[in-house]
Amino acid sequence: MTGPGAGDTGEARDRADELASAVRSALEDGQPLQIVGSGSKAFYGRIPEGRPLSVADHRGIVSYEPAELAITVRAGTSLTEVEALLADHGQMLAFEPPHFGDDATVGGTVACNLSGPRRPYAGSVRDFVLGVRMINGRGEVLRFGGEVMKNVAGYDVSRLMAGALGTLGLLLEVSLKVLPASEVQVTRCFDLDVGRAIDTMNRIAGTPVPLSGAAWENGRMFLRLSGSQAGVTSAAEDLGGEELAGDDAARFWVGLREHGLPFFDGDGMLWRLSVPSATKPLPVDGRWLIDWGGGQRWLGTDSGGDRVRERVAAAGGHATAFRGGNRAGEVFHPLNEALRELHQRVKTAMDPQGIFNPGRMYAGI
Amino acid sequence: MRPAKFPRLSPSALAARRKEVASRLGKVLPPAALLTEPDELRPFECDGLSAYRQPPMAVAMPDRTDQVQAVLTICREMAVPVVARGAGTGLSGGALPLADGVLLNLSRMNQVLGIDLANRLARVQPGVRNLQISEIVAPHGLYYAPDPSSQIACSIGGNVAENAGGVHCLKYGLTVHNVAEVEIVTMEGQRLTLGGEALDSPGYDLLAFIHGSEGLLAVITEIAVRLLPVPRCAQVAVAAFGDVAAAGGAVAGIVASGVLPAGLEMMDRGCIDAVNSFLDVDYPECAALVLCELDGTQQEVASQIIAVTRILEHAGATGVRVSRNEAERLKLWSGRKAAFPAVGRMSPDYYCMDGTIPRRHLARVLKEIQALSGRFGLPVVNVFHAGDGNMHPLILYDANREGELETAERLGGAILEACVAVGGTITGEHGVGIEKIDQMCVQFGEGELRQFHDLKAAFDPDGLLNPGKAVPTLARCAEFGAMHVHGGKLPFPELERF
Repeated sequence: MTGPGAGDTGEARDRADELASAVRSALEDGQPLQIVGSGSKAFYGRIPEGRPLSVADHRGIVSYEPAELAITVRAGTSLTEVEALLADHGQMLAFEPPHFGDDATVGGTVACNLSGPRRPYAGSVRDFVLGVRMINGRGEVLRFGGEVMKNVAGYDVSRLMAGALGTLGLLLEVSLKVLPASEVQVTRCFDLDVGRAIDTMNRIAGTPVPLSGAAWENGRMFLRLSGSQAGVTSAAEDLGGEELAGDDAARFWVGLREHGLPFFDGDGMLWRLSVPSATKPLPVDGRWLIDWGGGQRWLGTDSGGDRVRERVAAAGGHATAFRGGNRAGEVFHPLNEALRELHQRVKTAMDPQGIFNPGRMYAGI
Repeated sequence: MRPAKFPRLSPSALAARRKEVASRLGKVLPPAALLTEPDELRPFECDGLSAYRQPPMAVAMPDRTDQVQAVLTICREMAVPVVARGAGTGLSGGALPLADGVLLNLSRMNQVLGIDLANRLARVQPGVRNLQISEIVAPHGLYYAPDPSSQIACSIGGNVAENAGGVHCLKYGLTVHNVAEVEIVTMEGQRLTLGGEALDSPGYDLLAFIHGSEGLLAVITEIAVRLLPVPRCAQVAVAAFGDVAAAGGAVAGIVASGVLPAGLEMMDRGCIDAVNSFLDVDYPECAALVLCELDGTQQEVASQIIAVTRILEHAGATGVRVSRNEAERLKLWSGRKAAFPAVGRMSPDYYCMDGTIPRRHLARVLKEIQALSGRFGLPVVNVFHAGDGNMHPLILYDANREGELETAERLGGAILEACVAVGGTITGEHGVGIEKIDQMCVQFGEGELRQFHDLKAAFDPDGLLNPGKAVPTLARCAEFGAMHVHGGKLPFPELERF
């Protein structure tokens, strides 16, 4: 994948006009485009096709007012830079995005809609998208949503862009809601088998405790609490368990988010299962790691994809061949026919010639 | 782009059409579920925006999803436009009927289908009332967070269609953040599930997209909402300020401090006076009042109340009152909650606006509203969801006085344009409906509007669902723009479609 150019200083640059004219000339030539940020999530989805168009050096903070709880950045801006700026002002991206690479961009983060351990308790990327500036498949530069918390004027095209894998348009700018960072975090662990861990995580999530992470790996359940000193201390005492030291806790949650834990080592097939959080352990052999309080389950298995998909669908969820699968086949869970037809029409409405990231999500979309 | 265009029918042609449509619908609906007599239609002629009235050609009241499918299929075959309606509490005329259209009243689909405590979900039909959900799950220590002020009456299907908000959005989000799944029926009669009980679903986020689509894309027939644990404790601080700018500064100070209030509201002098004379809440007489509610564990709330009180005092509050128990908390809130009825008693009519702005422009926009109020000669009182910049200026007028409604509408339009000018939006939570359709031309350009129409066509190729609402045609914007140039004299928009 193309990364930022050599000698790149990371300084702010507005390349919206150049990108719009690149899209327009691709339209004239009938040349499909592959939108590229830093390439940190190039492994994700089906095999990219089309001529690479880099947005990595369309970067920089457009506006940030801490008291507005909102930030607007160009799509190529590095996630690390944004997180550092927010941290300086005691704020954060509450969806705790995985980077999967040093130079991960905000555009790629929104396009992939990947969220970290805090997701069940704070919300996902799409929940924090307030507005976008983008190029549609007619080469027009359009603006949807805005920087305000509440906005119901027009259809919510901004949230539709979250998770669309760049197949509906090219993101130029993204406005995100930000939240105050937690004063303190405490992690408690418990020795539990997977079934009891899932039950416990869901029971606790139904009570008013400041939960910000709930995971299970290899016989141990990890619960993270975040908030004010007073609130977290008393909630942690009520929970019991064994406290994980600050450094170990940070290593665990970052390792979980970034797939740095030993569980994720190796080149085998890795499935991501998204299920109703209280779903009992699924009858598929393999290595399991549970995140999102039971809602997101990682599975390393040699079982066939059909069996995985069948089991997860029966539980009311869906499965993604996250890494190491056949990227020419279906990576994401197949849609039923009616839904697929609607997807096709939405794609055509945004990108009539089908030039953006063709086939990255589903064949023909 | 496929703008909805339908022939205007003469009274006799309309009567014939009504008969024809009723005979087809009568085959798929029980007699009591189909209304066609003028007396029966009248109760449906408006929603919460009563300045606009239009009885529909017929009202269909299905109680099952397959009936909804059948009604939509027939209407599509006969090219009859359809307006879906929940409880009819919307404030933007989104459920205003069409003279030659069917009003699809979903209030009979009012069953709670199931509560899943382990996954913290409630599955309901669209006609279930917002507050009903929280009441049902309260014994389990759970609730449904979005609380629009009409929550006692408004239905959950309408909440999804409008992406309804409320006073707790800053911390708990809008409807879109609290819904897991919806079932929709398209104008083509297709039944589809968007989202799911898991935290995400494959493909495009059409679940998010359907939120706030104002009944233009599909009819919502089932909803699974997420339930949250009821916080252990909540306390409210009420602070009085000598001027509005200082109150605005206090709001910004609280938000920037790292505290995330459950509610952060503000009222101006006109509103405080109205409330004080309406009920015994005993708010201090001052230029502006800030209400800040904190919730969480006892320890959390106790430490945050101290921090917030300090910020309020530092920002120049002339007095701060903190609730010491649940009764006091409810009493302090009762004034804010009664703001609309209190203003309603002051004036024969009021017109509620819904602009949202970046908070830092609050003082400036308020000043501008004051100036506009003087210029148009109608008083305006203000109540806001200050935490998220969502303003509800209430324009006071008397519909019985010649021309006052039109003046109120022009003043409202000017206020919304002032909101857009500072980077805000014409509607934060009430929707565009028929009311703000011309201001959409101010907020969006031609490219965005064309994109909206294309997306609408992806769901509803014939443009039969709620035509004429939410998204103006380019022709309408051209007309509005032209009239705008000629002295800002905007005639009362006609009810027919453009």
